[in-house]
Amino acid sequence: MSKSEAASNGLSRRKFLGASVAAGASVAPGISLISVANAKPVDQAISDEKRWGMLIDTNKCAKGCSACVDACNTENGLNTGDEQNSRQEQKAQWIRKVDLRDKLTGHEVSLPLMCQHCENPPCVDVCPTGASFKREDGVVLVDKHICIGCRYCMMACPYKARSFIHEELTNQVENTPRGKGTVESCTLCVHRIDEDTNNQRDPACAEACNTEGHKAMIFGDLKDASSDVSKALKQHSSKAIREDLGLNPGIRYRGI
Amino acid sequence: MKYLQKMLVLLSVVLLASTTAFAEVPSPKIPKGNAEQCVEPTQEMRVNHMEYILHQRDETVYKGVRTKQHSFKECINCHTVKDDAGKAVNFKDERHFCNSCHTYAAVKIDCFECHASTPTAKKDGKAHAGINSLIKMTAAESNNNE
Ligand code: HEC
Ligand code: HEC
Ligand code: HEC
Repeated sequence: MSKSEAASNGLSRRKFLGASVAAGASVAPGISLISVANAKPVDQAISDEKRWGMLIDTNKCAKGCSACVDACNTENGLNTGDEQNSRQEQKAQWIRKVDLRDKLTGHEVSLPLMCQHCENPPCVDVCPTGASFKREDGVVLVDKHICIGCRYCMMACPYKARSFIHEELTNQVENTPRGKGTVESCTLCVHRIDEDTNNQRDPACAEACNTEGHKAMIFGDLKDASSDVSKALKQHSSKAIREDLGLNPGIRYRGI
Repeated sequence: MKYLQKMLVLLSVVLLASTTAFAEVPSPKIPKGNAEQCVEPTQEMRVNHMEYILHQRDETVYKGVRTKQHSFKECINCHTVKDDAGKAVNFKDERHFCNSCHTYAAVKIDCFECHASTPTAKKDGKAHAGINSLIKMTAAESNNNE
């Protein structure tokens, strides 16, 4: 309702965020005050009172560093076993590093690119089975149980964020079931962020970027005005990639 | 009709599994889980285990519910079967818990094309390692492989 209205009215994201924070606060006063880590109990369903997202500061992202990519591959068991036989352009790629150069000035930026967890995801629009879907908390996922591997979503995604599994797999990690013939992409590590306060952790990429000392990726709840990511978004100007498409991604960038 | 069929299949499985009277009839060897009891009464699990895991599947995938009781990961963690070398057998092995009975009852499931059929922390076979230590082990393992 108010979300899509905001988008179609062309409200700026910041106004839109402000509006939804206010709404959330009046619906459930106190909740955002109590939950420091933004977690929910494991037996509770997710809701649209949260929207997970990230702010990536390209000024802090080091060229040549691939800590986030490596961490993602390890966390989700990507490109092991028979997958190594896939052609380079067919390999699983949930997050990748992209280097950009401004032709005019020669200024270079390096940034990690993954599923942008759009508010209006084109991959969901084109999916014939409903496998490509957006969770209430804004995480865009593939329900592999009903994915038929048609790959329409891969064509529809302007960020080329999805990949298809071409090989039979064995030895998958328990947190990330994956199998031949289905499409997949960044899940924002839902298995980590769904955990309750004591066990909740940042997605593997952001965690690795912090450990590496770059601290270029701030993860959190965009609807909670007191979260690190919301505070950073409020303070600094930021952009979505291909803002012109009106998809309102949950991943935003500084310095591009 | 489907339900009746299911009940019949299950009834025969259960009868054969629980009796030694028909020595000449081959019966499935179903390994016991690595605990005192299952997450629901054994009899209930024999009949309805698929309902529980399929329900949990949608709760987790769509609603982000991560309770352990009916989690697929936990079935695998507790129902581990070890081979002679002490290594957990995977789904390709006929001794795997889920195979033991399915092979007998001619049931075929595709879950393990994607889901791990052995606990991820298989190095020391710890069944209920906390999630944090699990992750650490996974990370350590894959570093070793490099
Ligand atoms: C904490 C350990 C544990 C967990 C977790 C567990 N089980 Fe069990 N399960 C057992 C034990 C022990 C038995 C045997 C109980 C008995 O002999 O009465 C059993 C029995 C069963 C049986 C009946 C086997 C027979 O002998 O006929 C089925 C089917 C089953 N479990 C399925 C599951 C499924 C599916 C899950 C996941 C939702 C699960 N179990 C989770 C321990 C566990
Ligand atoms: C006690 C014997 C037994 C054990 C042990 C057992 N199953 Fe089953 N399972 C059956 C039978 C019999 C059916 C078929 C019921 C029917 O015809 O609807 C079945 C059906 C299923 C189905 C539904 C299949 C379909 O196509 O509808 C799933 C999913 C399933 N089992 C998963 C598991 C998993 C996972 C395990 C191991 C954790 C397991 N089962 C262990 C006996 C067993
Ligand atoms: C094509 C790959 C694929 C197949 C085949 C598959 N799953 Fe899944 N399954 C997934 C993915 C991906 C998830 C999401 C994992 C997460 O978010 O933690 C998942 C999650 C689940 C969950 C919730 C997480 C857990 O461990 O409790 C259950 C339960 C589940 N699947 C059951 C099944 C059953 C039963 C079958 C077989 C009938 C099956 N799945 C077949 C990919 C698959």
